[in-house]
Amino acid sequence: MGKTLFDKIWDSHVVVSKPGFPDAVYINTHFIHEVTSPQAFDGLRKRGIPVFRTAKTRATADHNVPTIDQHLPIKEALSRKQVEMLTTNTKEFGVELYGLGHPYQGIVHVIGPELGITLPGMTIVCGDSHTSTHGAFGAIAFGIGTSEVEQVLATQCILQYRPKRMKIEVNGKLKKGVVSKDIILYIISKISASGATGYFVEYAGEAIRSLSMEARMTICNMSIEMGARGGLIAPDETTFEYIKGREFAPKGADWDKSLAYWKTLYTDADAAFDVVLTFDAADIEPMITYGTNPGMGIGVTQHIPTLESLEDKEKPSFKKSLDYMGLEPGSGLLGKKVDYVFIGSCTNSRIEDLRMVADFVKGKKKADDVVVWIVPGSKQVEAQAKKEGIDKIFEEAGFNLRQPGCSACLGMNEDKVPAGMYCISTSNRNFEGRQGPNARTFLASPLSAAAAAITGKVTDVRELV
Amino acid sequence: MSKNFQHLVSTAVPIAIENIDTDQIIPARFLKATTRDGFGENLFRDWRFESNDTPKKDFVLNNPIYKGEILVAGKNFGCGSSREHAAWAIADYGFKVVISSFFADIFKNNALNNFILPIQVTDEFLDKIFSAIEKDPATQMEVDIEKQSLKIVATGEETRFDINPYKKTCLINGYDDIDYLLSLRKEIESYEASREFNF
Repeated sequence: MGKTLFDKIWDSHVVVSKPGFPDAVYINTHFIHEVTSPQAFDGLRKRGIPVFRTAKTRATADHNVPTIDQHLPIKEALSRKQVEMLTTNTKEFGVELYGLGHPYQGIVHVIGPELGITLPGMTIVCGDSHTSTHGAFGAIAFGIGTSEVEQVLATQCILQYRPKRMKIEVNGKLKKGVVSKDIILYIISKISASGATGYFVEYAGEAIRSLSMEARMTICNMSIEMGARGGLIAPDETTFEYIKGREFAPKGADWDKSLAYWKTLYTDADAAFDVVLTFDAADIEPMITYGTNPGMGIGVTQHIPTLESLEDKEKPSFKKSLDYMGLEPGSGLLGKKVDYVFIGSCTNSRIEDLRMVADFVKGKKKADDVVVWIVPGSKQVEAQAKKEGIDKIFEEAGFNLRQPGCSACLGMNEDKVPAGMYCISTSNRNFEGRQGPNARTFLASPLSAAAAAITGKVTDVRELV
Repeated sequence: MSKNFQHLVSTAVPIAIENIDTDQIIPARFLKATTRDGFGENLFRDWRFESNDTPKKDFVLNNPIYKGEILVAGKNFGCGSSREHAAWAIADYGFKVVISSFFADIFKNNALNNFILPIQVTDEFLDKIFSAIEKDPATQMEVDIEKQSLKIVATGEETRFDINPYKKTCLINGYDDIDYLLSLRKEIESYEASREFNF
């Protein structure tokens, strides 16, 4: 019987497999950032051991960094200390750092792909759950905890049990105004925030195939929001075209050899998945979340479920969630006033996202009482946006284009949404307090967020495109 | 304090909420520490304290009736961010066991790597535990790792739980994964030699 893409890559990375033990899996690329690495470096120090393969770990500062005045010292003392510690740790252990001010600095899941570090067939880990993003290239990529970061620094391997495999097929064509973020929010709304726990997902089908690499990254990025260990998409011409010529991508004869191998990376026709789910792209409308986990999403014209439609056991969590959001069961969201718009995060901060927003807002102005933050995913995205004049379009629209970082996705820096305010956000989590204590988040696509920026309320973007 | 344990009898703290994510367990603004210590005081920070730091009376950790080394929570516990700080906060607060009907994968690994035992039970058994605690907050749970059993002491109701043999050994003996991986050095080097490219 044939193999799934996941199994092909996993099998080629198993260093030791012993009955009763998890597999020791070799890791090709390890990304680290300032928040989940200090305790791992400390662990190495306590054991008196070095980083085993320094060239296979890359570091950047993203979670804590301010998104204005990055040339100045970080004001907030604890953030500054954490970022400084990343600098001293990477220096002491010989790991390459793209820190603040470096032209490659940015959100870890944005810079890996844009630098050509992320490649098909790789195993990739990072102490960050959205590492699943890199799966868009046909890689096994997943988030890990700090003890595991230490394992990888110490041995370039990780101990893992092989997850089950799920295939999610999205057939047909997307309708106007519907983009990749809507696909993944739709899938999560159908299968819930725990619907893929224990699985590694392969996305397939015409609607996925027709997406650009950056749009595919948005899909894989949110695999974790349905509990999946990760998500991947078999590489194809779109993938190879994207990688070719990037800074760290193979060149010359190495490129030809690599390409020949990458072309073998697909799921065999007779391979078996543990679960197969099928969706039709034509059923998907622009999506928005109303609750406090990413599974609580609806089409923008639909209504929040009523209490009566739920099982008794689900009611307390559901009620708690809607109380937090200040929303009524059974109500609709269209026309709901928003206070903040955040376009950024490892889900939607790439150049295509910014272009999509710029195309839509060109010549328009933001609503008066809305604050709009655009936070590019990396220095390179920021530079490209300026080169294309996108910064001017944002400026004329009254949008605030900031500097790269994770920013208001998790509010570790100053970019917090004030208590009680509503933010329509292109990020990945609408958890309580995620964007700031008592902040309320509506997750949506960059297009829907841009529409809300212009109208000042939750809007069906299809009426404006 | 020794990290390993085999047997535990304790009362339990119930939080009957589903999908408790790691942002609730430890909000992002508390992730700025560079050591593993002290996270317990911010465990469930925003559920536990008002914005002016006064304890919220209706939250279970602020109710002296409920205490113990076991946390019982609704399904899909630990979803969201990979932050191991969530496991550190739970351990630092003093919990050794978390019981739920479903755990997020990364959290489960993080918990085990910090010698916290995540016990997955059926929805029905979880309901039994919640109602036993509701009836009597002093009700005790008995956990035996060797036998992989969890018992509600008062009612005698018992269930078995899964734990993989490797992690069971680690938990009982206080071993960690790095000790094992470091012992594979030769195998790792010969794997590297067998690959032409880094993928």
